[in-house]
This record gives sequence, structure tokens and C-alpha cells, in this order.
Amino acid sequence: MSNESLTAGATRRGFLQSAGALAGTPLIVGQAQAAQAAVEAPPPAPSAGLTLRVNGRSHALQVEPRVTLLDALRDDLGLTGTKKGCDRGQCGACTVIVNGRRINACLSLAMQHDGDEITTIEGIGQPGRLHPLQAAFIAEDAFQCGYCTPGQICSGVALMEEARRGDCSTVTPDVRQLGAAPLSDAEIRERMSGNLCRCGAYANIARAVRIVARQEGVA
Amino acid sequence: MTPFAYRRAASVDDAVRLGLAPGAYFLAGGTNLIDLAKGGVVQPALLVDVSRLPLAEVAETPEGGVRIGAMVRNSDLANHPLIRTRHPLLSQALLAGASPQLRNMATVGGNLLQRTRCHYFYDAAFEHCNKRLPGSGCGALEGINRNHAILGTSPACIATHPSDMCVALAALRARVRVHGPRGERTIAFADFHRLPGDTPQRDTTLAAGELIVGVELPPDGFAGHAHYLKVRDRASYAFALVSVAAALDVRGGVVRDAALALGGVAHKPWRRPEAEARLVGREPTDAAFGEAADLLLQGARPASQNGFKVALARRAIVRALQTAGARS
Repeated sequence: MSNESLTAGATRRGFLQSAGALAGTPLIVGQAQAAQAAVEAPPPAPSAGLTLRVNGRSHALQVEPRVTLLDALRDDLGLTGTKKGCDRGQCGACTVIVNGRRINACLSLAMQHDGDEITTIEGIGQPGRLHPLQAAFIAEDAFQCGYCTPGQICSGVALMEEARRGDCSTVTPDVRQLGAAPLSDAEIRERMSGNLCRCGAYANIARAVRIVARQEGVA
Repeated sequence: MTPFAYRRAASVDDAVRLGLAPGAYFLAGGTNLIDLAKGGVVQPALLVDVSRLPLAEVAETPEGGVRIGAMVRNSDLANHPLIRTRHPLLSQALLAGASPQLRNMATVGGNLLQRTRCHYFYDAAFEHCNKRLPGSGCGALEGINRNHAILGTSPACIATHPSDMCVALAALRARVRVHGPRGERTIAFADFHRLPGDTPQRDTTLAAGELIVGVELPPDGFAGHAHYLKVRDRASYAFALVSVAAALDVRGGVVRDAALALGGVAHKPWRRPEAEARLVGREPTDAAFGEAADLLLQGARPASQNGFKVALARRAIVRALQTAGARS
């Protein structure tokens, strides 16, 4: 895949959305709910209202308490870039950034995020305006099937900010030394360990993260 | 997940009141509870969301210890300057657990209440688990038990406590502050988690409706010589086979105080003050470390597949103490 194929306007996501039940789901509330009504709904349970701020836009939703943040993003808002892998907090495919922190959206209830600022892969970059880490993933061939990639990239973007503010990890030699330390390869691998890639593209993923970490002055 | 109601607690008192409802569970980071609910291991009637209660502070106490709010996220605690510089053992233990994403969600209070990762407990379709279905038997006793406990077990349960954070808190002699229907009380860390005995369904000594509001660390954090060693099947993002929280206060070449606790070997973080006392007043030598390890592991009774944990734990204890002693 090249940059050109992503800038041509025919993205995989766009194709799937226009071909599927969520045809052209606009990211505004009324129509998102209309799209939801066309899908088989679970038995009625008390729903409650909440507002999610996703990629800079507010969305008012009515959800049943069991709905996870992941399902609300995908099914209610049509933001299918965030992937459901294990749905049990073990694979990292559902990683999104909430109030500046990367989390597993599958283990969090939507109701817990009323008013939160959420960034999904759709808010990280756009075709033609890729985030440097997205560009590095393409340049370094950091994926095969691509299913884990949105989570990997959200994780990597948050990782840069964590490194900038001096967070430590389990491979940091001495946690007592405060302040930002350059990310070694071991640090990058450890800090990306919450994102599994069953194709095994780890070497290239780590390289893409390292390239951007150097560009951003944290490695 | 079976249907449940959701309420956001407006205050600690509100949470305690709501928490007394039948089938109520407190919800904080959700990393364990939502997972258990998805698997049908727990079927809550009501989730009381306590994650926005004002319990997210890390502050120094007048005595020079640290008071940690129950809603402090694992990543924030691990990276807090007070913890990194004065209680590095706790930072190390926190960072050894889970993944960056999960540490950003998981809270101190929730970590204390993590359920075991025993696969017989976690599989709601399996009939024999005394922890999940009291009186139904224990599948692990004669089953797949490589990951299970070697100390403090009972014929009813050989599950382990999965937390890394709690192993460091046990070694550091923390206290747990809880708020319940009858007000607030403080529980010594050693008394917070239980051994399984005949009632493995109970992990802790918390009473109905009690909410963890914080943890207190005493002033001495063993900042000079501390090491958390975690042995696991892969380099990261896995539960411990054996883990060791080890810390020494060494002055003039002599051990003045020692802190030692094990994870992955029992139903609670495993600590024995006699093992720590064995090191005090002596030079920090491998011989002394070995004696402390033997004392800590005294009475170990492995199951059919986890005999390796006894030798592994002994070596891990010695290595953790060596590493702690070599730090400066």
C-alpha cells in the first residue's frame, strides 16, 4: 500500500461503510440513531443519555448501561476504525485516547465517559493528512492484515506524549531518576506491549515508532 | 453481560448506600469487573460507578508517609514523583503489571479487589469452583495447576492473587482505609486479603457495603535498596508465575530493616515477618538471603504441576535481595 492509494479517496473504511448497513452514517446524532434503529437491538433495558466528545465533535447518545465505549463508537457513531479484537482487554485492538490517556475501549462502559474527550484513529489523521506515525507505518511496512493497526497507532501516539512528560516503564533502569529519558528499543517494545499483532509485524512496528520518536525528540 | 442498572455515585456516602443493594458492585476502572461480567463470572444487578469520586490524590502525610486515594490510576501512581523517589518498590511493581492501557484505567481500589485468574474460576461454564460456586469443588486441585498456589492453600482452593501492586504494598506495610455503613476504619495490609480456608469465595475481609477510599504508606519507603522481580512466561503483559518485592535498609554494611513479600504463590501476597527479621542485624550476604527465602517458603505444598515454583521462588527471592542490595 502506498500513500497515493490512501489519498485517492477510496479508503477501505469508506468502502465498507457505504457497502454495509451503516451506509454513509453521518457523525451527527439524529442520523446515527436512525442507523442504530435499523440494526437488531437487544431486549429493551433502561437507557440513559450521555454526551461523548469524539475527535472534537459532541455526540448525544442514548445507551443501555451494558454498552461499552467500543460498541458505542462502532455501532452508535459508525466510527469503525477502532477494532474489536478479543473484546476482553487482552489484545489492544480497541485502543483509543480518552482525556489524553490510551485505554482499552472494550473494558469501559460508554456511560462512564459522559463528557470525556475521546480521540479515535479517525481523529489521528486523514487521507492526505496522515499523522507522522501513520506515514511511518506505511513506509516501514508495519502491518500485514492491518486489523491491529488503528490500536497500534493510537497507542504509539499516546506513547510519545507519555515519554515527553517523563513516564517510566518496567524496563526503566532507575525509576527514581525523574524527567524524560530517551526511549531505548527495549522501552519502545515494552511500551507497545499492550498491542498484539497476530501477523507478527512487531519488528517493523517498533521501527516505525522509533523513527517518529526520534523525529519528536523522545528517542 | 446480563442486564444491569448503572448509577454514578455522587459521594462516598452515596456509594456506600447504593453498594448495600442486592447484587451491587462498585465500578472503577472496570478492567477486571467488566471482563468478569462479560464472561458471566459475575452477574451484577447494579454497577455503582465510583470512578469520579474525589479520591484521586496522592499526598504526603504529616508523619512523612503517603496517602493514596482509591481512585488514583495505576499509571499515575507509578509515575508520581513521591512514589518514584520514596517508594520505588511500589512504582516498579505497578509497572510490572498489565499493559499501559490497562494501567491507565485500573485504580488502586480496584487493584486491591482483583479476582484470581484461575481458569477454573474464570470459565463460568465449568462446574467445579468453590470460589465461584461455593461447595462445588475445585477443578484445579487435580487439574491444570501449573500457575497455582504453593503456600497457604486449602483443600477447597489453590488459587493465587494476581496483583503485582499488592505484593509491594504488603512488603511496604501499607494500610487500607475503607468507608462503610458504620463509618471509616483502617485495615493493616496483612489483614486485608484472606487465605481461602473453607470460604474461598471471600477474597478479603471487607464487610458488606464497605468501599475502599485509600491506602496509606508509612514513612519508610526503602528508597535506597528496593527491587521488584517478576518471573513470567513472556517478557511483558502476563501474570506472574512468581514475583518478589524485596527491599533493604542497609547502613554501615549491616541490614537495619528488610521488607519481603511474594506474589503468584498464594491466595494473598505472601509475607512472613520472621523472614524479614532473619536479615536484620546481618551483612547482606547470599547465605543470609537464602535463609530468609527458606523461612518465607517454609511449609510450601505444591500441587501436581507447580512444584517448580518452590525452587523458582527461592532463587527469585535471593536474586531480588541481591539486586536490591546492589542498588544505591
